[in-house]
Amino acid sequence: MTLFRLEDVTFRALREVNAELPRGTTCVWGPSGAGKSTILRLLNRLADPEHGRVLFEDRDVRELDPLELRRRAVLVQQLPAPIPGTVADNVAYGSRLLHRHVDVGQLLEHVGLPDSYRDRDARRLSVGEQQRLMLARALALEPEALLLDEPTSALDEAAREKVEATLLHLCEDLGVSLVLVTHDRTQAERLAEHFVELEAGRVRAAEPLILRSAP
Amino acid sequence: MIGWGQVAGSLALVGIAALLSFWRGIRIEQEIAWAVFRSFVQLIALGYVIKLIFEAGNIGYVVPLLALMVVFGAFTARNRARAIPNVLPVLLLSLGVAVAATLGLALAVGALHANSRTLIPVGGMVIGQAMIAVAIALSRLEHEVGASAAEIEARLSLGATARQAIDPILRRSLTAGMMQTIDSTKTAGLVFIPGTTVGMLLGGAAPLDAIRLQLILFYLLIGGVAISVVLAVTFAYRGFFTAAHQLRDLVAW
Repeated sequence: MTLFRLEDVTFRALREVNAELPRGTTCVWGPSGAGKSTILRLLNRLADPEHGRVLFEDRDVRELDPLELRRRAVLVQQLPAPIPGTVADNVAYGSRLLHRHVDVGQLLEHVGLPDSYRDRDARRLSVGEQQRLMLARALALEPEALLLDEPTSALDEAAREKVEATLLHLCEDLGVSLVLVTHDRTQAERLAEHFVELEAGRVRAAEPLILRSAP
Repeated sequence: MIGWGQVAGSLALVGIAALLSFWRGIRIEQEIAWAVFRSFVQLIALGYVIKLIFEAGNIGYVVPLLALMVVFGAFTARNRARAIPNVLPVLLLSLGVAVAATLGLALAVGALHANSRTLIPVGGMVIGQAMIAVAIALSRLEHEVGASAAEIEARLSLGATARQAIDPILRRSLTAGMMQTIDSTKTAGLVFIPGTTVGMLLGGAAPLDAIRLQLILFYLLIGGVAISVVLAVTFAYRGFFTAAHQLRDLVAW
């Protein structure tokens, strides 16, 4: 079963986009302004297309409970948006809405942040640390898929490698599917099994990636 | 009795305000002149309307007059929150319910007498204060939603409902709307002498009579403002979201 499918989707920069995003790791790649982030907003149903439809597991997302969809396919935005409060407050935010307990320390470890960070003010972390915190916050919901918008854009080389290793671990060991937006072709090749190339709001190419090597 | 000569004399203070504005380059002389002109025309008209209602002695005229004030209040408050979709019905509802509930409760507990001489001025005060409070609350709501769109969407993307995603902003907006009334109630008698007390003392009433009425009005205003602000904020925030808990485009992009 396909994870996501876009059928004739027109919305903002996107023009009649048709694409299949299978389970596993899919990279949406293209230059700035091509509509990559907009696709993630549509998959997470933060917006609905003007024309066409978006399907999740072969069902039109408009037929699904949007809150449930967002918990199953969690969006991690490019610009970190920490919620006022501590690191632990942020990690546990989504789970608390469901009255569910999470192991904050383990989630921080997953994304390469020390447990000692849990009581720090989330807004005082560096952008790179915030980006990893956003990933931990998304993982706390135990999603089936992560929708990642340039997840390593603010990270240095070492931190990027750690996050990429985490993503591969999530995908390969925990079975979490990834839809990854990036403008970095080499990152796409390192992480993705499939890729969709966008140019000026249209799909230029969509195919399986042959190359895939651990970072 | 207050004569027109005294009214004209007090205009000297307006002249000082206009001169200060000109001197400091604030450029609000026209605003001051327009406010003075409007208040003059509006209050004279109100005076004649109230005079007619008092002379008619029919309490039934109170409702349409207060309804008219609610409509003007709603249009005025709308100017402070134009980016909020469908805000006018929300304002009409919040101001209307606030004045009806406040006067109704005050009559029920015997705090006010059921006559037009009491209900019109008190109702007008409730509407006026509620209008200011609602305008402050909605203006804050509008500003914060625009400034915190990323944070709201972050909450939504983690499975929060629209209400959960905007809750901290709602609480700050409610506080902002209510603080002016609470502060003025707290400082009355220490920092300033409230308008009703001043009016009654100038009219020759006994000081404690003036204070008792003032206290009743303060308590009514706190209730009226709370009702109007809670209703306005509770209904207005929905305009920012779709039924699918999406933040509408007007502020999200």
